[in-house]
Amino acid sequence: MIRTAGPRRGAPRTGVDWFLTFLRVAALTVIAVGLLAFIWQEIDADNPFARVVNPDATGLSGEQFRGLVVSGVAQGCMYGLIALGYSMVYGVLGFINFAHGEVFMVGAMTGMITSNKLADAGWWESNFIGSLLLIVIISMIVCTLTAVIMERVAYRPLRGAPRLIPLITSIGVSFFIQNAALVLLGPTAKAYPDVPDWVKDKHTFLQIEGARILVVVVSAVSMAVLWYLVEHTKGGKAMRAVAEDAEIAALMGINVNRTIVRVFAVGGAMAGLAGILWGILFRSVTHLTGFLPGIKAFSAAVVGGIGHLGGAMAGGVSIGVAESVGPLVILEPLGVSGVSQLRDAVAFAMLIGVLLIRPSGIFGERLPAEDRT
Amino acid sequence: MTADEQPSEAAPGVTDAASGAAGAQAHEHETPQAPPRPLLAQDWRRLLRMGAVGATAQMFLALSNMPLRLDDRLLIKPILSFGYLSLLFVPFVVGNRVGHQIKREGIPTHAAGAHEVIGGAVAGAVAGAGVSLMALLLANFDLREPLVNWSPQLADLLAFGNSTGFAVFIWLLLGGLSGAAGGAMRLLRPRIRRVAVTMILTVGLISVMETLVTDLAEGMRFEWLTDRVYARRGGVNWNWALILAAVSGLVSVLARGRVRRTRERIASLEGASRNRANLGLIALTGALLVILPMFTGKLTNELLANVGLFVLLALGLNVVVGLAGILDLGYVAFFAVGSYTAAVLTAATSPRINPELPWFVALIFVVGITGLVGLFIGAPVIRMRGDYLAIVTLGFGEIIRLLFLSDWLSGWFGGSQGIVRIPGAGIFGLASVDGTDPRAVFYLVLAFCALTIYISWRLERSRLGRAWMAVREDETVAEAMGINTVNVKLMAFVVGAVLGSFSGAIFSAKVGSVFPNSFLILVSIVILVVVIFGGMGSIPGVIAGSAVLIGVLGGPRQPGLLAEFSEYKLLIYGALLIWMMLARPEGLIPSVRRSRELHQQEMAQDAWLREQLDEEANGGGSLRASAATS
Amino acid sequence: MTCTMESTGAGGGATAAAPLLETRKLSVDFGGLHALDGLDFEVREGEIVSVIGPNGAGKTTLFNAITATVALSSGDIVFEGGSLLGLDPNKVTARGIARTFQNVRLFANMTVLENVMVSQHCRTRQHAFGALFCTPAFRREEAEIRERAEKILNFFGSRLVGYRFDQPAFTLSYANRRRLEIARAMATEPKLILLDEPVAGMNPVESAELTKLIGRLRDEWGFAIVVIEHHMDVVREVSDRVVVLDHGTKIAEGVYEEVSNDPLVIEAYLGHGNENS
Repeated sequence: MIRTAGPRRGAPRTGVDWFLTFLRVAALTVIAVGLLAFIWQEIDADNPFARVVNPDATGLSGEQFRGLVVSGVAQGCMYGLIALGYSMVYGVLGFINFAHGEVFMVGAMTGMITSNKLADAGWWESNFIGSLLLIVIISMIVCTLTAVIMERVAYRPLRGAPRLIPLITSIGVSFFIQNAALVLLGPTAKAYPDVPDWVKDKHTFLQIEGARILVVVVSAVSMAVLWYLVEHTKGGKAMRAVAEDAEIAALMGINVNRTIVRVFAVGGAMAGLAGILWGILFRSVTHLTGFLPGIKAFSAAVVGGIGHLGGAMAGGVSIGVAESVGPLVILEPLGVSGVSQLRDAVAFAMLIGVLLIRPSGIFGERLPAEDRT
Repeated sequence: MTADEQPSEAAPGVTDAASGAAGAQAHEHETPQAPPRPLLAQDWRRLLRMGAVGATAQMFLALSNMPLRLDDRLLIKPILSFGYLSLLFVPFVVGNRVGHQIKREGIPTHAAGAHEVIGGAVAGAVAGAGVSLMALLLANFDLREPLVNWSPQLADLLAFGNSTGFAVFIWLLLGGLSGAAGGAMRLLRPRIRRVAVTMILTVGLISVMETLVTDLAEGMRFEWLTDRVYARRGGVNWNWALILAAVSGLVSVLARGRVRRTRERIASLEGASRNRANLGLIALTGALLVILPMFTGKLTNELLANVGLFVLLALGLNVVVGLAGILDLGYVAFFAVGSYTAAVLTAATSPRINPELPWFVALIFVVGITGLVGLFIGAPVIRMRGDYLAIVTLGFGEIIRLLFLSDWLSGWFGGSQGIVRIPGAGIFGLASVDGTDPRAVFYLVLAFCALTIYISWRLERSRLGRAWMAVREDETVAEAMGINTVNVKLMAFVVGAVLGSFSGAIFSAKVGSVFPNSFLILVSIVILVVVIFGGMGSIPGVIAGSAVLIGVLGGPRQPGLLAEFSEYKLLIYGALLIWMMLARPEGLIPSVRRSRELHQQEMAQDAWLREQLDEEANGGGSLRASAATS
Repeated sequence: MTCTMESTGAGGGATAAAPLLETRKLSVDFGGLHALDGLDFEVREGEIVSVIGPNGAGKTTLFNAITATVALSSGDIVFEGGSLLGLDPNKVTARGIARTFQNVRLFANMTVLENVMVSQHCRTRQHAFGALFCTPAFRREEAEIRERAEKILNFFGSRLVGYRFDQPAFTLSYANRRRLEIARAMATEPKLILLDEPVAGMNPVESAELTKLIGRLRDEWGFAIVVIEHHMDVVREVSDRVVVLDHGTKIAEGVYEEVSNDPLVIEAYLGHGNENS
């Protein structure tokens, strides 16, 4: 309730405030100018502005633009699935589980191993949907176990420590899992087996790759299921109660430990699912696969408003679209060359921007009582 | 490693503390009502559980190929290599833990201590069974597809060249023995245990530091000794291992009391003379560091220079994390900016601007620009919650690397080609320090380390340092006590940035080229591990942390003394970070304040007792008074 | 540094001059809840004012509003003729208002002495430069800071001095923590100190002692003091004037005897607050 260390309403007063205002204005200006330049470029690729700033501008065709948005949405759905884990853990325990991205990587790796084994046995080709279901289930189980063991070994003993301590521990866990995968499985990128044509090729009617449709549909369905679980089951209510106030929840007879384990389990399962989807979409996985998507997924959770399930998904999709569309729509018309290299920078910039302009995210945060400062 | 186990032993069990000092005493020594338990009446579930954890660890170690890869590095010739040590270590630790737990329960047996040894042996054997299982699996299945280290050589190593059956048997036995030894460690009296630990550590240390010692021996002309101690292809000869153990044990027995007494005497000195003693100690260390490199070869000096660079980086991060309590995961950004600024200003090959300034002149700009970048990054993040700040700084660190890497700015910074042929650091026309002369680099690094230590030491004891601490403790209250928290935190950020830029400038002169890939987030994390391992907020801790971690295991790209470990060092860093946070969050050499913070309850109890005694002594304090009135 | 050292010595006599602190139509809303609702409140120099009222009456919110840790919805706060509106908490402290917290919030891991030293932050100047080069000005200021801290701690008798200087604050007993919090507030050299339930959790002896101490704070150091308190005997003992809040508004004001006989107050507060007296 009490706002601490923040300025009261009104104009900026300190140097830092002025600087922040300047940054906000500058960021919005860049976005606005970029967008306008893009629109102008679309209307007339040889306009005077573009001739000065970006002489070889061609603009984007409608087809290209749609492709960018679709791939952004698909990617964003996976970020959203991972973000659920960050969001739920932050909502309940109030710390960033930095290692959650690695759980996603474990899921993708598990999928890679099992799908290759299935391909060796010939099932992958003969019964693709069945094998897919199988690897999803296996990967979800493995990821759930990973997340639960992680909680048990590394986080439970730190319950109640100053909040940066579990964060630092989770960095260690992330490092450990990443490098364990490196020494066990080797540094080379590992491929998923070939997928059927309907997954690879564009759908005749929608003109979207099957894999992307699959990702979006599966994410939407699992999101709906998760929402139902959290809002309407006893276990879900326990989660929300613990998120509200763990101590009171314990007094009300809720087993806090079990609830926290459940939160980790659900987050892990979602990350496992995302891992498989990632594998199907990109068909290649390394021990570093989890790092960047992990951080972007956390950004997604923040952008959507941490502790908020729908927000995580919305944040994921916005980050996905922003990083896919942003460089070409905003930076390229401003004359920045080689924009595709700046995808990740755009994703991080979006996180920073959201925290600067609206720190509680799109949907507002839901945090444990002691964190609402 | 066993030495690190000790602190946990000192901490009494929760129940002990609760039942009061007298209760704990009785609990420990005489429990006449309970009859002694038979030897096999163990808590089998616990033994199996601990053993199973150990077995899992063993299988992981085997599959990580550590035994095979490290087999080349002999510790004691011809008995022990690091490869086998890595496998024997786990049962030992498991046995040790089990022994510790059994001892803490304090249940009497017929033969004192037998319980611990047997428990340790059983748990160790279960852990060893992990290797046995591994040997069986290796012999009968082929999982080379996902697991890259699934090889016949590994099977061969596990079986000591014999059959699989032998491997199964021998690892049960070895695990049991190692576990029993671990359990037995708990039985030794503290004094004897300390001697034993000293002996083991001495031999281990001398073996690990082989390159350093032989290098030093060459410089100081006592190769005749090292030639005997070390085998030709590495490792300490077994007879010399025994001699070393004996000597160190003897020294430990003779000197132990004295070391402690000296330390106590220095601690009890008052004001000025204590300062003098400390100053003397610092001067001695400094002199040693100046003289030592004169006798060592290129390799050692290279190592020392690398360690020094990380000391410099870690000290900078220490100001931000340790003093002001801001978790900055993008610290590498300042290192990168420092390096690139120095490179652009000094190198003739820099693409856009190339003023070819002398290094020291460039340094002024480096400091200025990095300070500005610190302000620029710091200002938006400084009001954020601590954990958001961590992630956002990480994002900034990555953005800065991506910008250096991008085609967009390649006209300025060379993109992925980086900037090459950077001249060395000219020192007022006297000398030029570059990578070809690691000794000179080391001296340069040493000078900057001294400067950095001085800066952080002075700042810590100033108005600014106190304000940092206050902000770390409780930001709201600090603000209410009139501290402008935003400015103070920003100041920490900028000071950290400037200190980080020193090492950046030295780095670019030392290596002679800068590439974006030298500045991965990984570097930030490694520096963080160093700071946490050493002890947040503690200058000696941070130095020791870098010396141990970077010196022995190596930095992100720099080899350490155990070059064989390079594949595993990041894995070890990760594990170490988790373990430190769980077991010893205050670090190797904790700052007084941090350890207070983490052991508040124990200290508060002591102080409470003291206060009560105090009040009693003053003739009826609050206790009695309140009793009278209520 | 000397601005607060002179003692008014005026005792409880309220002066006719302009008030030291004045809130005008102060309102603070939390969502739909009016924590403070158009409150007019004033403190004159050298005065001790008690603020009482049932739980949730808005007492602590008043403190938070004055020290700028909570945003105002409307109204104005005037201190020494200047508005405090829009200032950061640290600027408010620099103007001369210090506070303690209901749930003692010390810098737990800093020593007793450091706690008091760090609180002189806004009255001291030396920055990094002086510290690095150990300038004479820096040394002089450090010595002054320390001296002043020791002087303040000595005010509390033998409780916070000697070996306790170098003890971390969390080792102190509860009563001593409260005392240290007051010492810390004194170190900011305020003209006005806001004490939030200073005797909560103390035994009767300690509480009586602290009551006397509050009087001495005014008499010897010249601070104006606002106290939030539930213990009626403390309120009676220390206050020149009592202000009663309920639901964010002032329902009564005056000397203790007047207020305690006010039917409104009895209804709102004393009716169920009697167990304390």
